[in-house]
Amino acid sequence: MSDVILSVKNLSVEFATEDGVVHAVDNVSYEVKRGQTLAIVGESGSGKSVSSLAVMGLVRSNNATVTGEVHFGGQELVGLDPEEVRKLRGLKMAMIFQDPLSALHPFYTIGEQLIEAVQVHEKVSDGDARARVKTMLDRVGIASAEQRMDEYPHQLSGGMRQRVMIAMALINSPELLIADEPTTALDVTVQAQILELLRDLQKEFGTAIVLITHDLGVVADMADDVMVMYGGQAVEQAPVRELFYQPQMPYTWGLLASIPQMHTSSLKLDPIPGTPPSLINLPVGCVFAPRCTHKDLVAGGLCLTTRPDLGAVSDTHASRCHLNEAQRIEIRRSRNIGKVD
Amino acid sequence: MSAPILRVKDLQKHFPVTSGNLFKKQVGEVRAVDGLTFDVYPGETLGLVGESGCGKSTAGRSMLRLLEPTGGSVEFDGQDLLAMGKRQLVSMRREMQMIFQDPYSSLNPRHTIGSIIGAPFDVQGVKPEGGTMKAVQSLMERVGLNPEHYNRYPNEFSGGQRQRIGIARAIALKPKLIVCDEPVSALDVSIQAQVLNLLDDIQKEFGIAYIFVAHDLSVVRHISDRVAVMYLGKIMELTTRDQLYSAPLHPYTHALLSAVPIADPDRERARERIILNGDLPSPSNPPSGCVFSTRCWKATDRCSSEIPVLREISAGHQIACHFPEDRSSATASSTVSGTDFTAN
Ligand SMILES: Nc1ncnc2c1ncn2[C@@H]1O[C@H](COP(=O)(O)OP(=O)(O)OP(=O)(O)O)[C@@H](O)[C@H]1O
Ligand SMILES: Nc1ncnc2c1ncn2[C@@H]1O[C@H](COP(=O)(O)OP(=O)(O)O)[C@@H](O)[C@H]1O
Ligand code: SF4
Ligand code: SF4
Ligand SMILES: [Mg+2]
Ligand SMILES: [Mg+2]
Repeated sequence: MSDVILSVKNLSVEFATEDGVVHAVDNVSYEVKRGQTLAIVGESGSGKSVSSLAVMGLVRSNNATVTGEVHFGGQELVGLDPEEVRKLRGLKMAMIFQDPLSALHPFYTIGEQLIEAVQVHEKVSDGDARARVKTMLDRVGIASAEQRMDEYPHQLSGGMRQRVMIAMALINSPELLIADEPTTALDVTVQAQILELLRDLQKEFGTAIVLITHDLGVVADMADDVMVMYGGQAVEQAPVRELFYQPQMPYTWGLLASIPQMHTSSLKLDPIPGTPPSLINLPVGCVFAPRCTHKDLVAGGLCLTTRPDLGAVSDTHASRCHLNEAQRIEIRRSRNIGKVD
Repeated sequence: MSAPILRVKDLQKHFPVTSGNLFKKQVGEVRAVDGLTFDVYPGETLGLVGESGCGKSTAGRSMLRLLEPTGGSVEFDGQDLLAMGKRQLVSMRREMQMIFQDPYSSLNPRHTIGSIIGAPFDVQGVKPEGGTMKAVQSLMERVGLNPEHYNRYPNEFSGGQRQRIGIARAIALKPKLIVCDEPVSALDVSIQAQVLNLLDDIQKEFGIAYIFVAHDLSVVRHISDRVAVMYLGKIMELTTRDQLYSAPLHPYTHALLSAVPIADPDRERARERIILNGDLPSPSNPPSGCVFSTRCWKATDRCSSEIPVLREISAGHQIACHFPEDRSSATASSTVSGTDFTAN
């Protein structure tokens, strides 16, 4: 059995709108191994959610065009009959969202919805399905599961709803879980509970996780590998320690320098100037060039005319930037970013 | 030290809970803010942190009388705010301003940003030197907005720019105090850092005191001189930023800090974690005794019967707990870490 459960190649998603074509996802490629976590990090509008919805076959609006390849457990999903993709969803791959309330049906009880999630994929008696649901609710830490099964989503707290969503996502032991900002709406103490739960369940079931977040603390906590997105593109991809300790491109540096840290006393923050690009009028050169404070170091104004490729820094590390290695080391040293020896 | 600019004593704000019928009957009350006492000094930043629903925003609004407090006293610059009449209060407002979380809903979409930022001059009948427009444009410049955009409308600006508009409006009359309610929570990290730096610079320039309400503990650490930690309408711990973050004495503070992931994989994976059980209790039915007792791993019978009062246990360090953490021995977390997931 291959180690890689999900392999995405040159995935692009465009939306035709009145204002022009939105290049929401531009040529993104990544792999996720069984039992491991890939974190996708980036600011709002960078294409994190759309890229994952595309993997799940959930980008279905008439104005959308999805191209590229999505191999899941050896099967090609792009172009596959939507009915076939629907069967995989919830069985072999599942998704949880930032706002669990919008993903749960308000008029059905928790129990009814979870039992339905089991029976839609498998012929199981009501009694057996109910027992399986109860076990799963216990497992995700819902106290008095039996009683909660008869309650409606609005009767639960935000943290409990997210647990129910996780139970629903994992009830058929999927091989892949895509979690889109699963803790963004929760308090930190509840976030800590949910992240711990995801980690435990991953160990127990060997689930691969794609974790979408804008929180670099959550990335540091959970990820094996990281993909940084900006303007619809993957601008840096690396194993988690390399990303934090040897980051290679100016946008990643800017993100790391922007966050106040819990363990250092307040240094002045070093923010990225300006605002993210419109995905309709992307710059012709590097997508980050309008905000990049290092572009003058690149000869001939190349940053403004030529899009840098996603180049290999090492076997496991890639980034999009025209700066050469000596320049990158020098800048990281002077800005005190990552670990420079 | 100079006299406090704001003195809050036993501040309370209770909301009635009514049954949902046509003839509304009060069936209980939500003690959103239940006895806050603290001082704020000129030019300092007091952070107010806590989880969703603990009463931070209600506290912020009540101390400016944007909400009418149920009880307690608020003294601003030596004057009793709660005894003031409407007119006196309005003129007091030039000294105390507020910045809101949501840069989308806090600006009137039908007003140009020039008139939004200039509104405090009109309300207070202040005629700035050189005219309102000139004053507004120099404020726009100060907060990093293009003064030529004077006649544009809020929907033409991004979230970060709208927050700058809110800041420009708040500093127009050079107030002595600004209550900032989650001013950067809705912003992306790169924009959040820009706005935090701006708030920092403005404070240095004008000597404004901030009450900085937020749930993000690393942001609060970054901006605050002192920090108050709230839980269910009460202050659990109040001390200097460095004390609080390096040696929290209240079990809740300790757990809260340990829940924040650190953006550094090696540190993050090596650090101590305290996973609290369950959710926040409802503020309409708070636990008896210590409000944290239902989730506290140190709770004893005394905790559920006797309310711990906020007391000073060393100079400038206040805490409301019968059994503060012992900083001389190893941390208490080993008894509570692990994965005991009981919701409620
Ligand atoms: N007008 C109101 N009527 C009744 N209850 C209210 C009202 N406003 C606030 N509350 C309740 O008071 C408590 C404190 O609310 P508040 O908005 O101050 O919390 P907060 O700490 O600012 O939370 P957040 O972090 O979510 O902004 C909550 O339980 C809330 O539901
Ligand atoms: N149905 C759609 N039609 C047009 N544009 C869309 C549609 N869905 C998403 N987009 C755009 O695609 C871009 C990426 O969105 P998204 O993936 O949700 O960002 P993120 O999750 O990183 O915040 C955004 O500019 C968004 O407005
Ligand atoms: S390619 Fe040029 S503009 Fe883009 S990140 Fe590198 S230096 Fe900056
Ligand atoms: S008083 Fe008791 S329950 Fe409350 S925080 Fe202290 S030890 Fe815990
Ligand atoms: Mg998203
Ligand atoms: Mg609030």
